[in-house]
Amino acid sequence: MSFARIPKPDELIKIGYTPPKTAWQDTPVDFRPGTWSYAGAAKNLTALDLPNPRAWQPSDIDWKLPDNWQAVILEGMKERLEKYRSFRLFMDICVRCGACADKCHFYIGTGDPKNMPVLRAELIRSVYRRYFTAAGRVFGRLAGARDLTVDVLKEWFYYFYQCTECRRCAVFCPYGIDQAEITMVGRELLNLVGCNINWVVEPAANCFRTGNHLGIQPGGIKDMIEFLADDIEDRTGVRVEVPLNRKGAEILFVTPSADYFADPGTYTFMGYLMLFHELGLDYTMSTYASEGGNFGLFTSHEMIKRLNAKIYAEARRLGVKWIIGGECGHMWRVIHQYMDTMNGPADFLEMPVSPITGTRFENARSTKMVHVVEFTADLIRNGKLKLDPSRNDHLRVTFHDSCNPARAMGFFEEPRYVIKETCRHFYEMREDTIREKTFCCGAGAGLGNDENIEMRMRGGMPRAMAVKEVREKHDVNRLACICAIDRATLTTLMEYWVPDVAVMGVHELVGNALVMTGENERLTDLRGTPIRENGDS
Amino acid sequence: MPIFASLLFIVIAILFPLFAASAGWHGLLGIVIPCAAWAVFVFGFVWRVVVWARSPVPFRIPVTSGQQRSLSWIKADAAENPSGRWGVALRMFLEVALFRSLFRNTRTDLYKGRPVYGRTKNLWLFGWLFHASFLVILVRHLRLFSEPVVPMADTLAAVDGMFEIGVPTLYLSDLCLLAAAAFLLLRRIVIPRVRYISLAQDYIPLLLVLCIAGSGLLMRHFDKIDLVAVKELASGWICFVPTLPEGLTAVFFVHLFCVSALLVWFPLGKLMHMGGVFLSPTRNLANDSRRRRHVNPWNAPVKVHTYEEYEEEFRNQMKAVGLPVDKE
Repeated sequence: MSFARIPKPDELIKIGYTPPKTAWQDTPVDFRPGTWSYAGAAKNLTALDLPNPRAWQPSDIDWKLPDNWQAVILEGMKERLEKYRSFRLFMDICVRCGACADKCHFYIGTGDPKNMPVLRAELIRSVYRRYFTAAGRVFGRLAGARDLTVDVLKEWFYYFYQCTECRRCAVFCPYGIDQAEITMVGRELLNLVGCNINWVVEPAANCFRTGNHLGIQPGGIKDMIEFLADDIEDRTGVRVEVPLNRKGAEILFVTPSADYFADPGTYTFMGYLMLFHELGLDYTMSTYASEGGNFGLFTSHEMIKRLNAKIYAEARRLGVKWIIGGECGHMWRVIHQYMDTMNGPADFLEMPVSPITGTRFENARSTKMVHVVEFTADLIRNGKLKLDPSRNDHLRVTFHDSCNPARAMGFFEEPRYVIKETCRHFYEMREDTIREKTFCCGAGAGLGNDENIEMRMRGGMPRAMAVKEVREKHDVNRLACICAIDRATLTTLMEYWVPDVAVMGVHELVGNALVMTGENERLTDLRGTPIRENGDS
Repeated sequence: MPIFASLLFIVIAILFPLFAASAGWHGLLGIVIPCAAWAVFVFGFVWRVVVWARSPVPFRIPVTSGQQRSLSWIKADAAENPSGRWGVALRMFLEVALFRSLFRNTRTDLYKGRPVYGRTKNLWLFGWLFHASFLVILVRHLRLFSEPVVPMADTLAAVDGMFEIGVPTLYLSDLCLLAAAAFLLLRRIVIPRVRYISLAQDYIPLLLVLCIAGSGLLMRHFDKIDLVAVKELASGWICFVPTLPEGLTAVFFVHLFCVSALLVWFPLGKLMHMGGVFLSPTRNLANDSRRRRHVNPWNAPVKVHTYEEYEEEFRNQMKAVGLPVDKE
């Protein structure tokens, strides 16, 4: 990743919060390089049957919209007002108290008032008032209404793809108005006229065809996993077998493809494989359902369902009893809050019961899918794992709560328990930046692409600064998280703001600490870094 | 700009009843406008809530602000992340009665090149005072509409006036409402980013409330109103036998007109947050979507890519690397 084209950190941090002189309705959007994402490529739209595939870029004057684009958007808005109580209510009840304003990482990082969640919502609310309320129709701008023009559409594009749907604003809103819901509908509307970003539609298109975001075909998946099994053997002397597409296994394991495709997710993935091997777990992975992540969440509700359908379909085909899901943020938003509703009922599966501890996962009784960190926390609690936390003594760890597990599940104690049991130097970041108040990595919801790099560094700044503080205070050198997007994007963020802090998944800590039957003495961690300095014993 | 439009609106809302009162249009001011406003309020409020309530909640999307209920040995946070009906009731109570989320408010500043997050309770305190004193005043006004006076109204009035400052005694709620409304208005004007997001519809209700409270205080302490006459007028409304007693003053008509304006304003815009807060799907749903299936009434089939299609495309490759296939 090159930072050549963006200001240095000490320049970037000079952020002004004074709003512009012109009213927001009169301040046009500026597609400044480094702050937006490339348009979705036509081939990807075609692969997903999405409307208006064409060659274009957001910086073009002419966006090549269909002639009736306004009618399409307004019709789409009407439909969604009727389908989602959240959308209709959130259009109506905001009092503009401003409590959400300085809670958004993009506002804190840019000072751009349209990044205040309230104003991001007003971008679409103003159009709602103009076409769907009496006051707006009659009094126009005085009632906060405005016409739907091409400029308004461009503004939607810029700011709805400058929101990571992290829900931090919704924690502070007195009415629970969730900007993520508004952004999701905003993006759905943009999709109706073919305005989307390639970093979302390409993974979605790949996932639809090959089962995973990167478009890896079954042979490739097998190769990659074998390669990681070699690495495990190299570090531990233990050979792990990874079953793929095996019928009759008890458990299907689904994880984001980034875990087996790219560092540092691969180390987390090695941790899973070592754990499952040591337990003798009767499980299988699938090349067809080879992706836990779901970029449908960043496209439309319909696309969530289309991509998510594979998990239950594959569980049924393979005849497994229940499902374990890997460490991923937005994947868990979908599994926890959408999957059962969209593609259930999962009545062909059984109540998830840990074969090792006998624990019944009552909280997953209906969906039948358990988070791997829940699974591991239960194992550790019941004393079923032999762990040597001193193997992580070279790591001084802090934990980043990923937005979706934090604010769409309440997944706070499980990962902390596993971390504290597998390493001995754990330090929390400042209270206002963790748990339900956690700050986004700045690049979730499909914004983690290279062309958007300045905006990512700005949006991730509040998170990075909190890490910097524990780096200075406690010499922290590892940022643990339970999200595959985080593992990729926080790595870049750390390089820019807090060099010397690397990013890891929680199961990498587990893999390091896990004492395996028949293993060699561990001289290095999973990354090949020596775990003890020369002379230590 | 919106602030000037709002001020103009308020000036008209004061001048019109003054003019109409001096022109002798007491029937219009005392009966026609208030009754029509009440009808608009009731019908509009119900209509808005019905529209919301009839729109489906396709997905279970609570925002979780505390630990989930998962493994038995991990303590769940029932109020911030409810897993059942009672938890939701508790969360909603804290939200509606105590403004729980607003209490969380922080203030972000850049300090020495770093964001810092300070505690700030101003908005919560004045917001809560505004709503609570408004409610107290509403209940106190029940004495004008009931005969014999409902005990609650008298008890509340006694507590409200417990410091017995002046004759007649000054109500705390009146002071609180004036102070809180003034704070909320000034905050909108003074804080640049809040001014930037404010619309006319944000200023007007606050200005109306200030007018209502101000004219109310005037009638109680300075330009004293004949309460018997007011009560006669009010009982005329509720018994559907409109009467126009003597002794109603110009200040009273301003008070009544501003109340009517607020009633009409209510269902048209953001004041509906009063009803909406109860329906917010990110707050009033339990976080139990993995435990109990939530049903989407419009769940429709979508186009998927089946395993058969997948295997069809990759069968040779799968066989070559030794992956099992369904069809040889």
